[in-house]
Amino acid sequence: MHLSSDETIFWRHGFCKLNGTIVFTWGLMLALTLGSKLVTRRLSTDLKRSRWQNLIEIVVTGIETQIADVGLDHPEKYIGFLGTLFLFVALASLCTVIPGYDPPTGSLSTTAALALCVFVAVPLYGVEEQGFGGYLRSYAQPTVIMLPFNIISELSRTLALAVRLFGNMMSGAMILAILLTITPFIFPIAMSALGLLTGMVQAYIFSILAAVYIAAATRGSGTKRAPAQSTAG
Amino acid sequence: MDDMTLIAIASIATAGLTIALGSIGPALGEGRAVATALSSLAQQPDSSSTITRTLFVGLAMIESIAIYCFVVSMILIFANPFWNHVIAQAAGK
Repeated sequence: MHLSSDETIFWRHGFCKLNGTIVFTWGLMLALTLGSKLVTRRLSTDLKRSRWQNLIEIVVTGIETQIADVGLDHPEKYIGFLGTLFLFVALASLCTVIPGYDPPTGSLSTTAALALCVFVAVPLYGVEEQGFGGYLRSYAQPTVIMLPFNIISELSRTLALAVRLFGNMMSGAMILAILLTITPFIFPIAMSALGLLTGMVQAYIFSILAAVYIAAATRGSGTKRAPAQSTAG
Repeated sequence: MDDMTLIAIASIATAGLTIALGSIGPALGEGRAVATALSSLAQQPDSSSTITRTLFVGLAMIESIAIYCFVVSMILIFANPFWNHVIAQAAGK
């Protein structure tokens, strides 16, 4: 059974091998960077602009509004990280319409890497915003008794991020493969359309959760504006 | 019945039980969440964006429990460590 794109090997030389996950990730990276490079090469500020610039502007302002809605004050500071997460996961699931393509997010290594990025970025942003001592003190909020639970929630939500994305992507591909053997013609098309929707929702969820975690870390203990959200997935 | 048959029976039955029992709770929870969100959307259509975003995040949280069960049952069927261990032992003999 074909579980993930880890098992398709494109090239092997001794210990090193290029599996499908790496190749498709590189392809997505190339598409994203080249695409944005080509579009931003000729930006215009007047009313007449290219349609690709319109597309990128819609995407960027949309992500910025979403980040601002979560409660982060300067979205342009975080859009580099959160927007990249969203665009990568969204494009990875959107490209499943291409035949022969396996989403790299259907491999636990990719999703674990993305979740580790969030795991590292949250303390970095928190320390930057509140200072080292202030960030460490936020672990002992509201009382010192909560210290171990806060640490456990930090670890478990990273695991939850990774397994949630992996499970959703893998289950989509798996259900398609099973349905192809049972009802080969019409029904898999409906399921792959549903898979596209699930992929977009998961990309949204992944980046919104990362934004919520960053917002919880950067929000000072004294300046609590919104009620604290339970963040253990 | 040798070890392999026992492990196969236990894995398959447990995989089915895992996904069956594990989807009951999230299904009930998602139903409640969506029903409450719909009624609050009907009462306060102005704050629809906030309600929808919170609903999606909450649904993902609830759904991840079902996803964990799915991953565990997939591991039991397709990547069972005990099964692989028995196979490796049989090959080594």
